[in-house]
This record gives sequence, C-alpha cells and structure tokens, in this order.
Amino acid sequence: MIAQLYRSDRVGAALLVILLVAAVTVPVLSLAVGEASSLHLSSYAVSLMGKYLCFALLALSVDLVWGYCGILSLGHGAFFALGGYAMGMHLMRQIGPRGVYGHPVLPDFMVFLNWKELPWYWHGLDQFWLAVILVVAVPGLLAFVFGWFAFRSRVTGVYLSIITQAMTFALMLAFFRNDMGFGGNNGLTDFKDILGFNIQAAGTRAGLFAASALALAGGYVLCRFLTRSHFGKVLIAVRDAEARARFTGYRVETYKTVVFVISACLAGIAGALYVPQVGIINPSEFSPANSIEIIVWVAVGGRGTLAGAVLGGILVNWLKTEFTTGVLAPYWLFALGGLFVAVTLLLPKGIVGTAQDLAARLRPGQRSGTSEPQAAPAAEAAE
Amino acid sequence: MFRRIVFLLTCLALAGWLTAGAALAQNLDAVLKGFAANSYVKTDQAIAALAASGTPQAVDIIAALQSGRLLFHLYNKTVFIKGADGKLIDPRTMKPITGEAPFGLKPVRINNRVRAAIAAALGSLRLANPDPAKRLAAAAAVFKARDPSALAQVEAALAREMDAGVKAALAEARAAILIGMVGAPEAARVAAVELIARRGDQDAIGLLRELPADTAPTVKAAAVAAIGAIQRSLEFWNIGQNLCYGISLGSVLLLAAIGLAITFGQMGVINMAHGEMVMLGAYTTYLVQSWLAASFPEATHLALALAVPAAFLVTGAAGMAIERGVIQFLYGRPLETLLATWGISLVLQQAVRTAFGPTNKEVSAPDWMSGAFQLGQLTITWGRLWIVVFSLMVFAALLAATKFSRFGLEMRAVTQNRSMAAAMGVRTHWVDALTFGLGSGIAGIAGVALTQIDNVSPNLGQGYLIDSFLVVVFGGVGNLWGTLVGALSLGVANKLLEPYAGAVLGKILLLVLIVLFIQKRPRGLFALRGRAVEQ
Repeated sequence: MIAQLYRSDRVGAALLVILLVAAVTVPVLSLAVGEASSLHLSSYAVSLMGKYLCFALLALSVDLVWGYCGILSLGHGAFFALGGYAMGMHLMRQIGPRGVYGHPVLPDFMVFLNWKELPWYWHGLDQFWLAVILVVAVPGLLAFVFGWFAFRSRVTGVYLSIITQAMTFALMLAFFRNDMGFGGNNGLTDFKDILGFNIQAAGTRAGLFAASALALAGGYVLCRFLTRSHFGKVLIAVRDAEARARFTGYRVETYKTVVFVISACLAGIAGALYVPQVGIINPSEFSPANSIEIIVWVAVGGRGTLAGAVLGGILVNWLKTEFTTGVLAPYWLFALGGLFVAVTLLLPKGIVGTAQDLAARLRPGQRSGTSEPQAAPAAEAAE
Repeated sequence: MFRRIVFLLTCLALAGWLTAGAALAQNLDAVLKGFAANSYVKTDQAIAALAASGTPQAVDIIAALQSGRLLFHLYNKTVFIKGADGKLIDPRTMKPITGEAPFGLKPVRINNRVRAAIAAALGSLRLANPDPAKRLAAAAAVFKARDPSALAQVEAALAREMDAGVKAALAEARAAILIGMVGAPEAARVAAVELIARRGDQDAIGLLRELPADTAPTVKAAAVAAIGAIQRSLEFWNIGQNLCYGISLGSVLLLAAIGLAITFGQMGVINMAHGEMVMLGAYTTYLVQSWLAASFPEATHLALALAVPAAFLVTGAAGMAIERGVIQFLYGRPLETLLATWGISLVLQQAVRTAFGPTNKEVSAPDWMSGAFQLGQLTITWGRLWIVVFSLMVFAALLAATKFSRFGLEMRAVTQNRSMAAAMGVRTHWVDALTFGLGSGIAGIAGVALTQIDNVSPNLGQGYLIDSFLVVVFGGVGNLWGTLVGALSLGVANKLLEPYAGAVLGKILLLVLIVLFIQKRPRGLFALRGRAVEQ
C-alpha cells in the first residue's frame, strides 16, 4: 500500500514510513536500550512525543474540514476534549477502590461532593469497549447534530466559525460546573491503569506511543483515501465554489456533515489517546483559545496538504515545549502570536504547501502528484 | 384570662423597671457607678436609667458602651469614654480629662442581652434627635429591634413628630412592635399587620412570619394574606430588578460590541484583537489616573473624563497601525484575517503583561459613580446607571458620525461599493485605516467604562470577545441598530434566565439559543438585503 501511495504521494509515503518506524523504534529505545546509553529515551520523552502525535492527529482532523472543505471550525478542541473525557471516565472507573476515599465505585470527586450513586452516564464505562465506542460516538454525534443544523441552514464562513466557537465555549462552561458530574474544574485525573497495565510504567507509555503513531498513520491513510476519492473531489468543489457545487446537483450539506462527523471522530480519537499520556483531562481543553491554536498548527504546516497538518502539529507543539520549559517562557505568546501573523502574511500555503510549489517549479514539465490539492485562499475571496 | 395576667405582669415588671431607673437617674454619678459594677444586670439597669434620665450625654455614653469604648476603673469605680483619638473623656462633663490617664482601666463588658438593651435605648434616645434624618434612622433601628419596651417611647415620638417621612417610619416601627406583642388589642394588631403589609419588602415578610405562637387567628389570617400579597408584588419587583440588571449587562455588551460592529460589521474584518483594544483602553485609564495622582493630585476626579479621549487616541492609533501593518494585506480573506488578528491579540496581551505585570491594576471610582439609590423596591447603583447612559451616548455619537459626517459618508461608500467610491475620488485605503481606527478607538472607550466594573488585567479583553461577536452576529452584521437591539436583548435574556437556571447554566442556555437562532436567521436579526449580502 505504501508503494502504491509512493507513486502518487511521496510526502505522505515518507510520513507513513517514519510513523511506522517510530512506532517500533521508540518503544525499543525506551525499553530495550539501557539507561546508560545515549540512545535511551526516558518515559517522559516518550509521552511527550506521544502527545505531539495526538496533536498531529487533531491537526489532521482540522485540515480535513478546513483544508478540503473550507469549514473553519473554531470548536475542534471540543471534539478532542469530549473524546478525552470519554477515555478519562473509563480510566476513572478503572481506579475502583484505590481512590483517596476508597469508595468501591464512585470516583473521588463524587465522594467529595457527597454523591450517593453513579450518574447514569457513568454506567458501563468500566468496560473498555464501551469507552472506545463513546470516544468516537460522542464527538461524532455532536458534530452530526451541530453540522446537520448548521449546514442545512447554510451557515457558512465566518458565521460558522463563530458559532463553533460559541459551542466549545458553552461546553467549557458546562464542564466547569461541579454538578455536571465530570469533575468540575479539576477535571479527571489520578488515573491508575489502562487495560490492566500501570499507566505510569515505561512499557505502557511506549505502548501508548505506538498506538498514537499507528492511529496517526491510520488517520492519514483514511484522510488521504477520502480526499483522493470522488467524495474528496466534491469536498474541494464545495470549498472552492459552494454555490456552483450545489447547482451542479450535489447535496452540499450532506457532504459537509459527513466530513465534519469524520473529522470530529478523528479528533475524539486523538483526545482519547492524549488523556492517558498526560494523565489529566480538564475543562480548559474546551477553551476557545485552544481551538484557535489548532488552526495555526495547520496553517503553519500547510492547509490542505494533510502531511503539512501533521508536520505543523508536531512542530508548533515542539516549539511550545522548548519555549515554555526554558528561560524563554515569557516570550512564548510573542512567538506564537508572531507565528500567526507571519504565516498568514508571508507563508499562506504553509511549509509543506510552499515546499511543494518550489518542488514543482524546480521540475518544469514533470507533473508533480503531490501539489494537486492546493490550498485556495483566493477562492474564498470570491465567495 | 391567662393572657391578660401575663400582660399585666409584663406591664408591672416594665413599670417597676422604669421607676427603678428613674430613681437612679436622679444622680448621673449613681448611674455611672452601675456601669462600673462589672455586672451585666447592673449594666442593663444603668442603660435603662440613663435612657430615661434625659441627660444630653446619654446617647454618647451608650454608644461608647456599644463599641467597647466605655472604660471603668475596677477599684475607685470611675467611668470614662475613650474618644476616637484615644483620649479619655469624662462622661459627666463630656470634656477630655486633664492630667495623667488612670492606670488599669477596663472596658465595660457587654453580652447579647445588654446589646439588645443598648440597641433599644439608643433607638429611643435617637428618636428625640432634632435632625429628621437621624430620627428616620432611629425609627428604622426600632423597627429592626422591635423591643416591646420601646413602644411607649415610639408612641410619644409619634405624637410629637411633624415630619411626614419620619412619622410614617415611626408608625411602621410602632406596628412592628405591636405585631409581636401578644397582649395588645386584636384590632390594633390587625391594623398593624395591614400597615406593615404596605411596606411590601422582605423585612415585612420576615416580620409577619415571626408572629408569636399564641397569636389570635384573625391576626394570623391577616398576616398570611398580607404575606401572599407582598410576595406577589415582590415577584413583580424582582422581574423589574432583573430587567435593570439585564439592561445594565446589555449596556456593557453594547459598549464592548459597538467597536466590533464597525470593524467586523462594516469592514468585514474578523478582528480577534478587538478585546485587546478594550484592554488597552482600560490600561490607558489606569495610566491617566496614575499620572494625575502623581502630577495633579487635586484633579484626580477628572481621571475618567480625561481617559475617554486619551483611550480613543491610543487605541485608535493602535488600530490604524494594525490595519496598515497587517490587515490591509488580507482583505477578502476573512479566515486569514482571523488568524493574524488572533496572533496580534496574543502579542498585545503578552506585551501588556510584560510591561505592567500580570496582576490587576486598581482604577478607583469617582464619587458620583459610587453608591446606589432606591426606586420603589429597585436598587440601582449609580455606577451601572452611568454606564448605561455612557454606552447610549457612545452609540448615539457613533451613529451621528456615520450618518452626518463627511468621513461617515466615505466610510459607507467604501463599504457599499469600493471601486465606485475609489472612482469618485475617495481614498479608500485611507478610509479603511480610519474606519478600523474608529472601531478600535470606540473599543478603547469601552475599556474606560469597563475599568469601573471589571478587573484591569491583561486578560480583560478576552472575556468580552466571544460575547461581542455573538452580539454583532445576533444583531446582524453591518447594522448599528442591530448591535444595539442585540446587546440589550442578550443582556436582558441572560439576566432573566439567571434566576431560573443559575448564572452558568443561563449563559450556556443563551449560547445554545443564539446558535439555534443563527440556524434560523444566518444573517442575524437585522439582515442586510441585496447585493451586499454576497460579499
């Protein structure tokens, strides 16, 4: 499959190879190589890289809707957080009687709030399979309901961005409430184990990293397949000229809703993989600022290139870690803000998009398969 | 029968107590000895005696006792008042003592019973004050304490009172005492219930609920009916109060959103740095105030008035710089503008945080903005009222500027048809920059007002950004009246939802309602029609 992809999408093929290699080598370097060796990876480093991969998957999901369908969602952080909460609830149930208060069923915060029994939506979440279903189903369902209403009433462009922002803002306020039963502003934390493995152990961390890498690879293949298909061509048509696509006979709202739901499911999976690696999920993940930050990951890497979103997600978050953990911490917001301005003004196609353009220019006459789905900012002006 | 005996006994005890007090009062020294006796019972008697004696310094002595400033010497039984400046005052002459302060003075101790006696005594003493305002306060104090022993004094005061307002307050105080007095005639108590019912507030309900257990059924029935009537009228007032809060919130939303109605509504620029313009305006106010305090301390009350033009200029200039530096390259690419201005907002926030520190800055309120006044059962604070007035003034000024000025005409021309305006000789780029500057300047003015109700911190603007966008989108892009109606209706809806759903849930509900509304009317309340829509 990689060979087949190589012929048409070299960047993507390289990305898949890197991800698959990393899924094997990082656990090996963490577990099998001794701590004395310079090649050894601490479990902190493994978790950090795993976190970047989750963000990359989130960026990929945003690129699918924004880059290919022109839906600038400022609420994708909500889908990510919902997936995270579904996983977090499962991990809370797994703590069982080992909590601070030692209650056999109720999580600590419920005991603290004097709750007597589990709310209905916590039932069954001690089963991993149900958590996995909810990780995909809850964000998907929300995206379906939201998208169904919004796209059918032809809420587009900026208006859609603003109401997605209102959606995540409302969810943030809701999850901050103690009586919602999601842990209030402390969120869910103090997880003990996942599928019976200690969540702190190096082996579990390596496993979660490998899972994240595979999920990202799978997500990429899915997105690549979707965007190359007839479905994807219609999405691009909707992005570039929505009215024309509608008059050609396509049900634009159906296409938009479907791609929005798929994207939300991917974001939910990213959130579910993120939570066990960072060990906490709280309502600040819903904050509108987070969702806007995702957009800049995609914009930096290159909108409408998929591989660019992955690159941007990893790159910007690596930069963030470098900045916020060192003496440069006060300057992180300057750097991030500057990045927003610089990318939109100087690099509107992002790193990958610009590189593809350069590559295409260096090889005149040869058709470059990679530069086909162009980000089309100019097309929006016509809208 | 039994009740009558109780009443008689109460009267007897009361009379005995009062005559004992009168006997003591013949000599102020003897009364003061009572305070020095270091016994609650004696203190209690001394208070009653002092209150009945009619000595002019009685209020001062009892007030000193209330605040723990009445000192006594344990052995030679002398009593002193400790003045506000710490000097000792002789209560007999009310003059500071000469010579050394005696050693070993202790405050006269009080317990809850003594405290009640103090309150009642002070209440009745103050009822005789020549100042009507003081008498009014005293009547209110009696109303609160409703000590049966004060009844005679209240009635006496009522008989000689000339001022209508004080008279009404005294009548209420008398009624409050009568309601709780089991022995009083039934007709008088029913009349008292009716009088209290006319007050129509929470105090009245509290009073009517606390009827003694052995009250006659007619009185009880009257009280129950009165409580029902009061509660109905209170509910009505409550809605009125929530409306006031809503209008107040709406005016804040209007202030925050009106600048955005220009930059986003007229120009179509998704200005995510709008909140930071508000924040810059607030910090300008802080700077103006500190500058005045340092250079012209006598003129600090002008700080807000001076801050309005200063904030307009500062944020207007900042807005024009942003437009020329970044936004002009991004016209026609709204989503890119959103990202770039978000970046600018992050930079501005961090810059202010670096320059001023992350903590809140204090901006003080001028005198005319503090305090509150009562309108029926509504409590309205002056600060909120002025913000409502100020926001409407800003709105009117902006509306006039866009309708009647040359610049406003050019602004509308460029919004409606850029190339045609350019062909007519309008310098469109210049107009763009000025329009953006105007919107930002108005945001800065909003910042001046928000210093009075919010913390001046680098995050000030973020809290208003989403609300502002929702107001503009809800009201309809490109329409100032839409922004006005949108802001006020969102403010009122928020405050009317709050009592039923709670503050957070109310807000969530409102967000959901707006999202649903946008589904129904994607272009807002007052949608633009015609060609401009498809821009």
